[in-house]
Amino acid sequence: MSAMTECRETTPEFTGVERAVINRLQTGLPLVYSPYAAVADELGITEEVVLNTLQDLLDRRILTRFGPMFHAGEMGGGLTLAAMRIPEQDFENVTAKVNEFDEVAHNYRREHELNMWFVLATEAPDDIARVIAGIESSTGYPVYNMPKEEEFHVHLHFPV
Amino acid sequence: MSISTSRSDQNYMLCALDRKLILATQSGLPLVPDPWGALGKELGLPADEVLARFQRMQDAGVIRRVAAVPDHYRLGYRFNGMTVWDVHDDAITDMGRQVGELHFVSHCYRRPRHLPCWNYNLFAMVHGTSREEVEDKASQIHDLLGDTCEGHTILYSSAILKKTGLRLRKT
Repeated sequence: MSAMTECRETTPEFTGVERAVINRLQTGLPLVYSPYAAVADELGITEEVVLNTLQDLLDRRILTRFGPMFHAGEMGGGLTLAAMRIPEQDFENVTAKVNEFDEVAHNYRREHELNMWFVLATEAPDDIARVIAGIESSTGYPVYNMPKEEEFHVHLHFPV
Repeated sequence: MSISTSRSDQNYMLCALDRKLILATQSGLPLVPDPWGALGKELGLPADEVLARFQRMQDAGVIRRVAAVPDHYRLGYRFNGMTVWDVHDDAITDMGRQVGELHFVSHCYRRPRHLPCWNYNLFAMVHGTSREEVEDKASQIHDLLGDTCEGHTILYSSAILKKTGLRLRKT
């Protein structure tokens, strides 16, 4: 509830430069010497403006991060999506227990009978089963494991 | 893209230096004109080698890309709908590819069913600035799936309970 209110208060109003930087840098920094200068040339602005705009967007938390996006599966680790069905009166308590596990990378509440959905990432593939068993014994609720069986496409891009 | 790398060569083996580079950048790449040189200085490597290692990790798919990760709520994409579909097993690979190609689908995966309570095997993440926009996009997916689909639903997120991203442990 508070998250939604906050979002409305920060209805995005971006300058042309901010839009250009957000849109361009979601697609990836070129792996070349002076990469920010290369992006600046493409956008017709200076390197200093690219760097300052990027820093400002990070400070304002418009961007949560600027850096390498890792593909955990390719790093030889384990990765899965898991879901749980948690009664309302226990939700807060179970959230705290689940989030205590370092392997829980993202956790979302969703409007469904299965109301808790989280991503587990482990350095070794075998650790997934161990972590799931740990969450089940810590919370007392079953975990539905939904690892990807096929990946069709991943292109996170939010034009502004 | 990189899936073939992992299947044919098993997984790209991260060596100690790659791990150090990941640890040094997982919270962010240095925002200076020469980020590779800055990282090299920190780790005692020439800038050339830092850049070459990033290129290799990206080619192998360990790194998808070096990029800006927005808080999509703050960009105005307030509605994030996980659309899930019960698609005939013999059609799912073909249909999954087609759904994945829709420009508004950010992630698309086949995942296992858990019968009897969960019969959806295709997941497509859709973001929008309103619930109507997400529903409109879901109906486009529905049209595409046609009679290969037995049912679907949309799960909206109502709270982010945790978002730390993927991290290597420092130990």
